Amino acid sequence: MPETAVPGATTPGANGKAALAVSGLRKEFGPLVAVDGVSFAIPEAGSLAIVGESGSGKTTIARMIVGLERPTQGTITACGNDRSRPARSARDRRRRGREVQIVFQDPYTSLDPRQNAEATIDEVLRLHHGWPADRRRTRIAELTGLVGLDARQSRALPRALSGGQRQRVAIARALAAEPRVLILDESVAALDVSIQAQVLNLLADIRDETRVSFILISHDLAVVRQLTDEAIVLRRGQVVERGPTAHVLDDPQHPYTQRLRASVPRPGWKPRRGKLPAAGEEDPTP
Amino acid sequence: MSDQAPAAAVTPAEATPGTPLLDVDGLTVRLPIEGIHRPVLRDVSFSLRQGEAFGLVGESGSGKSMTARAIDRLLPAGAQVKGSIRFDGNDVSALTGAGLRQYRGQAAMIFQDPRAHTNPVRRIGDFMTEALRTNLSVPAGQARARAVDMLTQVGIDDGERRLQQYPHQLSGGMLQRVMIAAALLTKPRLLLADEPTTALDVTTQAEVMAILDGLRREFGLTMLFITHDLELAAAICDRTAVMYAGQIVEIRRSSLLHDDPLHPYTAALAAARPDIAQTAHRLRAIPGRPLSAFEAPLDECAFAPRCPHAQDACLTAVPGLTETGGGLSRCVRTHELRGKLQVASDA
Repeated sequence: MPETAVPGATTPGANGKAALAVSGLRKEFGPLVAVDGVSFAIPEAGSLAIVGESGSGKTTIARMIVGLERPTQGTITACGNDRSRPARSARDRRRRGREVQIVFQDPYTSLDPRQNAEATIDEVLRLHHGWPADRRRTRIAELTGLVGLDARQSRALPRALSGGQRQRVAIARALAAEPRVLILDESVAALDVSIQAQVLNLLADIRDETRVSFILISHDLAVVRQLTDEAIVLRRGQVVERGPTAHVLDDPQHPYTQRLRASVPRPGWKPRRGKLPAAGEEDPTP
Repeated sequence: MSDQAPAAAVTPAEATPGTPLLDVDGLTVRLPIEGIHRPVLRDVSFSLRQGEAFGLVGESGSGKSMTARAIDRLLPAGAQVKGSIRFDGNDVSALTGAGLRQYRGQAAMIFQDPRAHTNPVRRIGDFMTEALRTNLSVPAGQARARAVDMLTQVGIDDGERRLQQYPHQLSGGMLQRVMIAAALLTKPRLLLADEPTTALDVTTQAEVMAILDGLRREFGLTMLFITHDLELAAAICDRTAVMYAGQIVEIRRSSLLHDDPLHPYTAALAAARPDIAQTAHRLRAIPGRPLSAFEAPLDECAFAPRCPHAQDACLTAVPGLTETGGGLSRCVRTHELRGKLQVASDA
């Protein structure tokens, strides 16, 4: 996809061909600092996990990258184009849509209840690529095939689909824009184990076939291990640990990562009360 | 996962000596769905020994929550119930009015989403002491003192202040501790814990499970623990039942469930889960989707369409729950497949 450069576009801190880079990212909501000095870069076809618990700022980072929140400070660069500030035109916004797409957690609220999968994908193809009808039809068939939706499912309204099927529609819709970066914000968390495995295998196939870069936002360390090469661990808006996913999970260095790792049930696991002051610190009231 | 070698010997002591605290026998529940009564539970039978922790594991729609609701007589209106539920030898279905309220104090429920089960405009203190004051006629002052004491036991030290607060002022983990404390206040003998930690962060889950597990042992409580997480059930429960499409397909000592499963569905469930300790080339996904009980066929094994081991014999009748290797399995090929149900994912 040839892109026209936007005035002021820079790539600070991007090492070589970063598909996405964020630098010194900060977001304040009133007195609360939700994201505090976060930097990372993802190479083309790379994958990064953002690991953290509720309130760690991981979803806020995703929302800033796709433009649903405006950073208080810091820069976000996708494919060499700055996206730290709101898009100035519809054209600019659409270009950004071809750079980064997102799949949300809840497959029940992220689809238009009046649109079937084919119409959903068709709209994206028309908007982003402006292709004629026959080319769109071919591409719809390819995309629904890639995510494993059959002909009946592709023409069914969301209410007639299961959670796993809806999430496949959401993934196909995101891929229709041919993004360079796909953000998966807890995209498999709501799925049953047997369906989750199907969707994780599908995502691995997509990564191998399309060279799209992944940002996987997840609290589930096993899912993170399955899908990503690199990981950052967030706690209260700050990165406390980063490195190759296997290293971070097998040999966590930060006490918080160690505690996260130790909290995952496994054979022989016994739950223990944590050493960190849990009762006071998790209390939202001052 | 290869942390532990498969247990070679199987203890035969799965039988229940004496009168069980809870005995569920042939429980079948039908609910009106689109105007027709359809089954949500089919022939569910199990017994809980005094002091035992018993897990109920399954995917959504498998019937695990319905089982707990049926036990506590909290099924939706219009439900048709067959089979028997006995608590301490007494028929639960015969209870009414005060007897039923008292029973619910004895068999206390902890729900998945504490926010959905607390009244947002009432204070924590009201909520916690209500059952004591109205069902057990405990004076208000005494009820509050007991509530504060119980909050201390679940790790909340400033109980007096908490009683004055509203649910929205507490975090999810804190509120779930309040729910546990409230459930324990009526001195129950049975805890029905329905996914009590599913909505919580993992570190908070570990905390809450430690509290629940510790107090359960301390008070000698019996617990029915419902979860979708096989590993969590295995870690917490003495025995675990696996449910599929409204039926129990396996009951087994939890320590054996993972490495030596009896039913192909149990093995498939364990293998489908990604492993935190290693990256699988591909996960062993189970094809298709989980069936609800009312979709399950009445004349063949409900799991057969998704089962890699299905044969013609699986399609002739619903298999019974038969005793094998110290556990129970609802599979006609259980004996043949024993030890061949590979659990680990492909590395």
